[in-house]
Amino acid sequence: MMRVRLTVNGRLREADDVWEGESLLYVLRERLGLPGSKNACEQGECGSCTVRLDGVPVCACLVAAGQAEGREVVTVEGLAPEGELSTVQKAFIDAGAVQCGFCTPGLLVAADELLDREPKPADADIREALSGNLCRCTGYEKIMDAVRLAAARRSAEPEGDRA
Amino acid sequence: MTDLTEGHAAPAVPGVRSEADRRAGVLGLPTRFTQRAGNVGGVGESVPRPDGVLKVTGEFAYSSDLWHEHMLWGHLLRSTTAHADILSIDVSEALATPGVHAVLTYDDLPTEVRHYGLEIQDTPVLAHRRIRHHGEPIAAVAADHPEIARRAAEKIKVEYRELPVLTDEESATAPDAIVLHEDRTDHHAPHVPHPNVVHRQPIVRGDVERAAARADFVVRGEYEFGMQDQAFLGTESGMAVPAEDGGVDLYVATQWLHADRRQIAPVLGLPEEKVRMTLAGVGGAFGGREDLSMQIHACLLALRTGRPVKMVFNRYESFFGHVHRHPARLVYEHGATKDGRLTHVRARIVLDGGAYASSSPAVVGNAASLSVGPYEVDAVEVEALALYTNNPPCGAMRGFGAVQACFAYEAQMDRLADAVGMDRVAFRQLNAMSQGSVMPTGQVVDSPAPVAELLRRVSELPLPAERPWETGGGGVDVRALPGGLSNTSHGEGVVRGVGYAVGIKNVGFSEGFDDYSTARVRLETAGGEAVASVHTAMAEVGQGGVTVHTQIARTELGVTGVTVQPADTRVGSAGSTSASRQTYVTGGAVKRACELVRERVLELGRARFGATQPAWASDGLRLEGGKVVAGDGAVLAGLAEVLGDEAVEVETEWRHRPTRPFDRHTGQGDGHVQYSFAAHRAVVDVDVELGLVKVVELACAQDVGKAVNPLAVVGQIQGGSTQGLGVALMEEIVVDRTTGLVRNPSFTDYLIPTILDTPPMPVEVLELADENAPYGLRGVGEAPTLSSTPAILAAVRAATGLDLRRTPVRPEHLTDG
Repeated sequence: MMRVRLTVNGRLREADDVWEGESLLYVLRERLGLPGSKNACEQGECGSCTVRLDGVPVCACLVAAGQAEGREVVTVEGLAPEGELSTVQKAFIDAGAVQCGFCTPGLLVAADELLDREPKPADADIREALSGNLCRCTGYEKIMDAVRLAAARRSAEPEGDRA
Repeated sequence: MTDLTEGHAAPAVPGVRSEADRRAGVLGLPTRFTQRAGNVGGVGESVPRPDGVLKVTGEFAYSSDLWHEHMLWGHLLRSTTAHADILSIDVSEALATPGVHAVLTYDDLPTEVRHYGLEIQDTPVLAHRRIRHHGEPIAAVAADHPEIARRAAEKIKVEYRELPVLTDEESATAPDAIVLHEDRTDHHAPHVPHPNVVHRQPIVRGDVERAAARADFVVRGEYEFGMQDQAFLGTESGMAVPAEDGGVDLYVATQWLHADRRQIAPVLGLPEEKVRMTLAGVGGAFGGREDLSMQIHACLLALRTGRPVKMVFNRYESFFGHVHRHPARLVYEHGATKDGRLTHVRARIVLDGGAYASSSPAVVGNAASLSVGPYEVDAVEVEALALYTNNPPCGAMRGFGAVQACFAYEAQMDRLADAVGMDRVAFRQLNAMSQGSVMPTGQVVDSPAPVAELLRRVSELPLPAERPWETGGGGVDVRALPGGLSNTSHGEGVVRGVGYAVGIKNVGFSEGFDDYSTARVRLETAGGEAVASVHTAMAEVGQGGVTVHTQIARTELGVTGVTVQPADTRVGSAGSTSASRQTYVTGGAVKRACELVRERVLELGRARFGATQPAWASDGLRLEGGKVVAGDGAVLAGLAEVLGDEAVEVETEWRHRPTRPFDRHTGQGDGHVQYSFAAHRAVVDVDVELGLVKVVELACAQDVGKAVNPLAVVGQIQGGSTQGLGVALMEEIVVDRTTGLVRNPSFTDYLIPTILDTPPMPVEVLELADENAPYGLRGVGEAPTLSSTPAILAAVRAATGLDLRRTPVRPEHLTDG
């Protein structure tokens, strides 16, 4: 058993009694009270647990909890300040990109990272960036719409207003 | 209160070209609301989901997110063999593991009721003496940590004596085949040709011999449909909390709370009222949550340990934790005259139901009754049956028996059109059913059936650009090619193909089932404003039923604020979230409850104000914008004024029109509530050298009767189309034919379409009202899953020239053919 310290959504967090085999995903969900990152396959295939580790999107299920020691993690819960929605979150609702919603947290983190990197992605760029995130409900068309919408809205916003 | 009975003469349905449509056999029935009020956020608008904000912030509590102080984790030990006698089970080492609180086997079950099942109670809660399929639950463990539970389960020693496995029709129905369920007492048992046949349904209509003699062209074909998995993303999970009264509170992801409870309570030895169920957040379903998974095991462990027990299947276990879509072998014979009219259809459909019955009998009924597709044909001879084998149990999945049939009959229709020498779309249109057509079951299709029109719509859409990978100036974007970033081609060997298909699906539970739903609606004043509350037991699995309920309440009650209560067993059954039925049936119940609330509100108003305001006595009062409004638009009173301190609450059951069983020998009978139609056009690029397929576009046209929420309707159509794409090109649970073992229970080996595999999907929505249904609506969810697969197969055949008879198509089928 070990203690893990890491920064999650800007806050320093600590988890005790972590078994060495536990994933970052398990620690987030079961020990830190952040179940937003989802557990659809726990083998790195579905992307529903996508979080940013030092800014880079990763499958939290494939990161051993110990590997996150001292590092910075952003989860779906950290995409917008409490009580607010980020542009990407809002676009997913408006475009009808949410059905069961189980893939949504991972897709939001991945889409957010894409738009940080590439503010005006072509359709092929969006597909490439989200190809690690499985969705079983929507057929992805509304997800494409949501990312296009978010990109358009973000580029129309003044820089400082971005959530 | 319905006003669908008037105004049929009104001609225009938006978007329908009346002259062409008359030729195509389309009737322009208008769709209407119950009260003709212009309420904002009501039926027909793309209202956002009430759970949307919670779902995008990560706060929505799915069944795997639950947490309770002092909770334990449950885990199941599953069989590693498909067919065996259990000689012994030794749990002592597991039980002695530190951190383990309970290990249960069959012998620990508290009552004599030790089996469950949707229709036939043939599924053991925990295996007893015999294993009938790979991954059957044998023991349940509760421990402090999920890993402790998993490791403890591995310490359980099970001694097997292997038995020969039955994996197909030949082995299952051999005269000396081991009978998988001895002493059957179910009502199908006396009528099946072999005890390893769950149910058999023939359909006989017209004189097939004579009709076949009239045929100028006959095509025969044998087709094979692979085993598809629902692959919902949120695995089976939930939490059982023991209660002080000896009962249990169960929070779980399911499709039908009350059907679960009916099966759970007797096994626990509890009266149903002591099994209190609440729907936890559901991460997709698609039929795979119609059967129980971890419900009973979690309850048993909670009651044994006296502690809350959480269970979450991982993806590997999920592949064993629910039933799949029946794999099928289908043999068809179609005949046509030289002018292109269908003469007859003969079909034999063999569905592999696997080790336990699940919903196989109903799947058989669907496959048989919908076996001919949306076509007019007077002479039909069909037999559909489901087997018991040692393969994984199969049951409900989106499309439910109609999917497998559509794959085969649409391949036949292409081949027959070619034989006759007609255009494939025109051939379908010539034989398409329309309102008034008679099904092979003798049932008259008494609402719009715009089959020819749907085909016209997809066929007239502009085709996508050829060679989309060419970027101009000689450049190539490999992402637009089959093989994508694998960089397998720059266009060499890539051939385009286009294919069409159309299908028919029933809506609602069939064959005489009492398919009702219950809704409780409350109207009261809060903060000076009238607000409504809707309480049903409907399982929201992602489809957007909760959105629909808010819309119906706004439309019927003229309020803005509507809350949807959590679904639980404190209210009557809503039936299953399956068979495309919830908007129709629970929507119908919510609508009816709202109408009753409205009547009571108007009574209240008449009592309060009627003496001084004669307009209260007039007809045509409606609730609009938070007010009671007279027919001439005069405002009589605010709803808050009418209600005062009173709350008006109504709980009511609602039923669609009854259906009847199919005759056991002829299959005749008005077995279905409503039919639903969709057509697809698929455009594919195939790298014929490597056998790689890229679907370039998948267009769909569907008649939805009334688009209650247009955005959600399109989402259903695109999602259903994509599941059809999956089983066309990649999705199959592979079962070893000699051992019955599942070879690919993971998302690494069982592939579902990614965003790269899924093309743009233009959607054409028709709204031709079914006057029997609430708002004229037609169930939406399943029809698009039917025709997607055969359209893609047809496109791949067109590109490759190969006569493909099985789905999914794998690269080797294209290169080794």
